[in-house]
Amino acid sequence: MHTGPKLTPEQLEENFSDINPPLTPSLALEAASRCLFCYDAPCIKACPTEINIPQFIRQIITNNLTGSARTILSANVLGHSCGRVCPTSVLCEGACVLNAEGKKPVEIGRLQRHAVDHVLDRGIQVLKAGAANGRRIALLGAGPASLACAAELRRLGYATVIFDAKPHPGGLNTYGIAAYKMRAADAVRETEMIRALGVEIRSEIAIGRDIPIDQLERDYDAIFIGIGLGETEDLGIEGERLAGCRDALSFIEETKTRSFDELPVGRRIAVIGGGNTAIDVATAARRLGAEEVYMIYRRSREEMSAFDYEYELAKADAVSFIWQAAPVRVIAGADAKVQALECIRTQLGPPDASGRRSPQPIPGSEFCLEVEMVVKALGQKKLEFLKSIAGLKLERGRVQVNAGTMQTANPKYFAGGDCVNGGGEVVDAVAHGKRAAQGIHATLESRQKGVAHA
Amino acid sequence: MPDLSIDFCGVRSPNPFWLASGPPTNTAYQVMKAFDAGWGGAVWKTIGDPIINTASRYGSIDYKHERMIGLNNIELISDRPIETNFREIAEVKKRFPKHTLVASLMVESKRETWHEFVRRAQDSGADLIELNFGCPHGMSERGMGAAVGQVPEYTTMITTWVKEAARIPVIVKLTPNVTDIAHMAAAARQGGADAVSLVNTFNSIVGIDLDSFAPRPNVGGYGSHGGYCGPSVKPIALHMVSSVAKHPKVAIPISGIGGIANWQDAVEFMLLGATSLQVCTAAMHYGFRIVEDMIDGLAQYLEEKGFSSAMELVGKSVDRIRDWGDLDLNYKVLARIDPELCIGCNLCYIACEDGAHQSITAAERPRADLRDGEIAKHVPRILEDECVGCNLCALVCPVPGCIIMEQIDSGRPVVSWRQLQEARGKSPGCSMEDLLTRGTAAGD
Repeated sequence: MHTGPKLTPEQLEENFSDINPPLTPSLALEAASRCLFCYDAPCIKACPTEINIPQFIRQIITNNLTGSARTILSANVLGHSCGRVCPTSVLCEGACVLNAEGKKPVEIGRLQRHAVDHVLDRGIQVLKAGAANGRRIALLGAGPASLACAAELRRLGYATVIFDAKPHPGGLNTYGIAAYKMRAADAVRETEMIRALGVEIRSEIAIGRDIPIDQLERDYDAIFIGIGLGETEDLGIEGERLAGCRDALSFIEETKTRSFDELPVGRRIAVIGGGNTAIDVATAARRLGAEEVYMIYRRSREEMSAFDYEYELAKADAVSFIWQAAPVRVIAGADAKVQALECIRTQLGPPDASGRRSPQPIPGSEFCLEVEMVVKALGQKKLEFLKSIAGLKLERGRVQVNAGTMQTANPKYFAGGDCVNGGGEVVDAVAHGKRAAQGIHATLESRQKGVAHA
Repeated sequence: MPDLSIDFCGVRSPNPFWLASGPPTNTAYQVMKAFDAGWGGAVWKTIGDPIINTASRYGSIDYKHERMIGLNNIELISDRPIETNFREIAEVKKRFPKHTLVASLMVESKRETWHEFVRRAQDSGADLIELNFGCPHGMSERGMGAAVGQVPEYTTMITTWVKEAARIPVIVKLTPNVTDIAHMAAAARQGGADAVSLVNTFNSIVGIDLDSFAPRPNVGGYGSHGGYCGPSVKPIALHMVSSVAKHPKVAIPISGIGGIANWQDAVEFMLLGATSLQVCTAAMHYGFRIVEDMIDGLAQYLEEKGFSSAMELVGKSVDRIRDWGDLDLNYKVLARIDPELCIGCNLCYIACEDGAHQSITAAERPRADLRDGEIAKHVPRILEDECVGCNLCALVCPVPGCIIMEQIDSGRPVVSWRQLQEARGKSPGCSMEDLLTRGTAAGD
């Protein structure tokens, strides 16, 4: 493969430096002072985890940073990563009343990180485990949903064990967030705080392979499924297995687990997809030194699911957008590696099942892009593993749950995060995990009462 | 261009903006720099037996990220030799003959000493003398400053001594650390004062360091009460100036002091009776250059309001300050929220609900984020039958013009509490409501 122009380690570090650096105490005070301390505040109502935002900001102003972090973490144990990776412009900051006056919203995300960093940097443990209640819960997957569920359960006095196949906990927080938003070490550091709460995390254990599922069912009072989704969907086109064809998740994971100067990157790259992950890949490729990055999306800008600010980020990184085009085949060069990507123009027909206009190929409109790398970012496959659990109800691969308790059709199991919503934000997974913990608690409590009454 | 010059006890000043006696007027260098910047006058840092100061000396109050909304100091009068101060006054006066230069004095309570200092001040060419009867810290422990200003008899006596020797007008600077400052102003007038200046600083402890438990400003782990000034004292100073302006036994010019930082503050002090204005904290915070907009803003204001001279402002609002008992009980205002301007912060709602009269209602806000489309507008509603017209909602509303207090015609005559009491005295059988509805004239 042609590798891109080699950047120095310093240039690479600079390219992947924190896109939203931490606030200094003085900047934090100024930013916090802009908060109006709304009553029944819209930012709280727009936060899936309902953090009491005006309260934690007031605590920053009064220099009660530990109390501020407690306010955040008691509502959202992943307050550090959510402060960094939440799409705040459509959540809390999008709901900030200052927008209505044409002002910039309060920088809630950065303030949140400021407060949580205070306790993470100093090893201050603000959450406390509840008195042991003798019940044990197993959690599958060490991503945001399970971490949030386990932390909440610990506070209620449960013994919790998280099983995870990866070497490090954190799930996509550790392996799937663009490196300029958050480094793997920061995500892992956050999980350490959860470990310190007494949550046991057993890494590199795959349930079904290393431990049979029925053993878990015997050993634990309930099981939470927070396994997320599978690998990237296939393109379903010729040449997809050629060297130089990559999937988005493993591409991002490499930027999080290896040093930047070890990473192969094409001089010219095509990224297939129009979501936030596609943007992550495109911007990462540019920052690794790719000269030309094409983002190929079969619909138009209006239908693209990436957030506006992500799109702006890619534009600022000089990513070339090719709208209304679909890949047809990957063409191999003499070395059997990717040499080009053949695409076809599309026109948009009537809305399909997703409500978006369906792209139709325009015969004869094929064109070729000379690239050394093709990265597919088409969303993730559903996990086959779910079929091994008896009694789960799946719909389009998603686990069906009771929205109030997150209990599945098999009453022993609860679920949350991407495997339930098909792929959402970290903060959505945290909200699911929290709700599931409360659901588990309510269910087990009422079962116990039922036994006592009988 | 309106005339900004003022006449203060017969002394003409190019504008009403003077630097108050304090650190900014410590040296000829500073005062000349200030006159070059546009200040109309300056009151020299108080002259007396040179003192020794502490380090540190100042402490301040910040509000959120706003610095120094209030300043406290334990600095004493001039630490420079007496002859140096008088020599420099003479130099400044020679170079700036049209600017107003005031010599501030504080000496031991001996008639001869006062006579000597008054003569030296006059010989230096100063236009006026200001007697510092206000310094609340340090000097008062030595029987000077506020120790004089807090006792009306001393105030009268020393003013009398000074007037025996004085050929130029004498201003008595008053301390606010008394029960009734107007009474002290009357005492100064009784001693022959030509004018009063107020207020000096307020007794204060500006704060305690939460880690070391030492007060601020910190002098080797200890502190002492100091004098508080700056923007946060302005409302208290305004009240004191107006009370002196209203007092029938004072009736002499007032030099207003206390948190003046811009032309708007200056106009307020003038409307309540001040002829000249003294500024210290704002100059300590931002330097002498602040006077540029004070001059420009005042001139612009006078022009827009159709005044030809700044002197026309003096005392214009004094009569508008009345006893509470003379206010019209039938005057009604109601809060109105402009739903277009409202940003939905609910601050009016919670302020009224918890802190006032439960006259605003707001539905609980539903869960909503922008991923599901626009967030519905959330506007609290005034319960007009409950609203007492207190202003609180309009005060807490962060959006200018969003909540206005609209005057409502109550259909009732003007009735004050005093009139009500008098009418009830005459006709005890008349009900309060009846008198309010029909007016007190009806009861006669």
